[in-house]
Amino acid sequence: MQSENRAGVDLNANSGESLVNVFRYAYANSPFYKNKFAEAGLKLDDIKRPEDIQKLPFTVKSDLRSAYPYGMAAVPMEKIVRIHASSGTTGKPIVAGYTSHDLDQWAKAVAALCEMAGVTKRDVAQVSFGYGLFTGGFGLHYGLEKLGATVVPFSSGNTERQLSLMKDFGTTVLVSTPSFAIYMAETARDLGYDPLSFGLRLGLFGGEPCSEAMREEIEKAWGLKATSNYGLTEVVGPGVSGECGETAGLHILEDLFFPEIIDPLTGKNLPDGEAGELVLTPLFKEGFPVIRYRTGDITRIIPEPCPCGRPQRRMDYITGRSDDMIIIKGVNIFPSQIEEILAGFVEVSPHYLLVLHKQKGFIKDLEIRVELTPEGFSDRFKDLEILEGRIRQRLRSTLSLAPRIKLMEPKSLDRTTGKAKRIVESEE
Amino acid sequence: MVKQISVFLENKSGRLVRVAQALGEANINIRGLSIADTSDFGILRLIVDQPDKAVAELKNRGVMATVTEVIAMEVPDQPGGLAKVLAYLEAAGINIEYLYSFVEKQSRDAIIMMRVEKIQEALAVLEENNIPILSGERIYSL
Repeated sequence: MQSENRAGVDLNANSGESLVNVFRYAYANSPFYKNKFAEAGLKLDDIKRPEDIQKLPFTVKSDLRSAYPYGMAAVPMEKIVRIHASSGTTGKPIVAGYTSHDLDQWAKAVAALCEMAGVTKRDVAQVSFGYGLFTGGFGLHYGLEKLGATVVPFSSGNTERQLSLMKDFGTTVLVSTPSFAIYMAETARDLGYDPLSFGLRLGLFGGEPCSEAMREEIEKAWGLKATSNYGLTEVVGPGVSGECGETAGLHILEDLFFPEIIDPLTGKNLPDGEAGELVLTPLFKEGFPVIRYRTGDITRIIPEPCPCGRPQRRMDYITGRSDDMIIIKGVNIFPSQIEEILAGFVEVSPHYLLVLHKQKGFIKDLEIRVELTPEGFSDRFKDLEILEGRIRQRLRSTLSLAPRIKLMEPKSLDRTTGKAKRIVESEE
Repeated sequence: MVKQISVFLENKSGRLVRVAQALGEANINIRGLSIADTSDFGILRLIVDQPDKAVAELKNRGVMATVTEVIAMEVPDQPGGLAKVLAYLEAAGINIEYLYSFVEKQSRDAIIMMRVEKIQEALAVLEENNIPILSGERIYSL
């Protein structure tokens, strides 16, 4: 990879060729892309070499939404053998249609990730993802089957029965969201079982971000090795990337998905190692092809090779969503970064509010309001000032920006259940 | 040594009232107080007749409050009275974190509340120079 590290795309010969083919295929078969490329003034001959991919427009969520239900199809519907869809909580659902070839490639991808995580034919794998329109259940199911593991398609819910079958069937691999794994361990204890007695040895977690704390909790509770994997319905479902036994980033299946990291503002490609928005192009899709899909997820390509020796590059854990990004004085900041730093101080609670002080529409200063805990309170100003200084210092070394810290009384910040309101603007 | 209540207050209207009301409703009498503030927050320091009860009451209401030990001493209520005492402490290399005063009704002396880094050393210096030090019981029942 590594050969040239410029702000551009790293293309190995294979995926490079595939990219050109993906473009040609979409141009010829997808009315949606034909139209999109025409709008961008692109002709078939404009994309000849792998580098040319950067001329292609991005595909964004609203494109897929407005194509509801079958607007992304590049084959006659008689060739589509399955439909999946996102939940559509914030609008129309996003629909993905698969040909048998697509399903086969998808299962291959998931099988490769499961094998990388350490699943073998001898494992009994319980899939606790919902089976339905959601890609998680069926995605993992067919991948595990392809690998040769014994699949228990339990689906989600009914935790007590899930636990009792897990014991009876001798389940060794749990496939679920990390929060469900934690919930199941709690339920097991409530029922008088020790989760450690179940014999689970491996967990494949996805569907939501898994923090380091969650991973530790799951591993300790079940005595298993927790691995995470990544994917999204818009590009196929689970199967894009996953952890190997090193659990130090997620290997991207680069022969099936072409990854790019872009600056979410300018759309320019960023070199390996720099954090930006992940853009994915699946290289195998016939049914509903997608080109340069902006995932909205912020991560980076880890430039160093993995100690496991696999050639596929790794993406780092998702640190935020590009829609949450704030730009202050040219610095890109994600609330999740701030949250992580604040969590390292016992003197303040993890509740915070970011106040963006604006002047003529520009963000001039960032103020972070944070609640003091009893551990942090001292009746000497000096101590409180030192605390503010320490927090500011930690933020500066991570964000390259020193925000103003404002200490608040406990429980003075809004705690709306669910997603708390973390950002407000104030115009000067 | 005297138990002082220290309260963290955001610089926002209504915060001080909340504290005063909480104490009033619990029938706790305020003997003396001082407020120091920055543009963001303030620290209210209170001397009350029942310090432990006061802290419990405030905490119950979600107020950030803690007990701090301070020295109470009597200083002659006349020009130069305070200066003399401070000079003793200064000479002994004792740093004062903060101090505030209130005037006792029945006496001609002023009462100075003071927090220092080295409490034991400060007490020794004061004793050596015959500066009257007041006990907690004495202060609470003023």
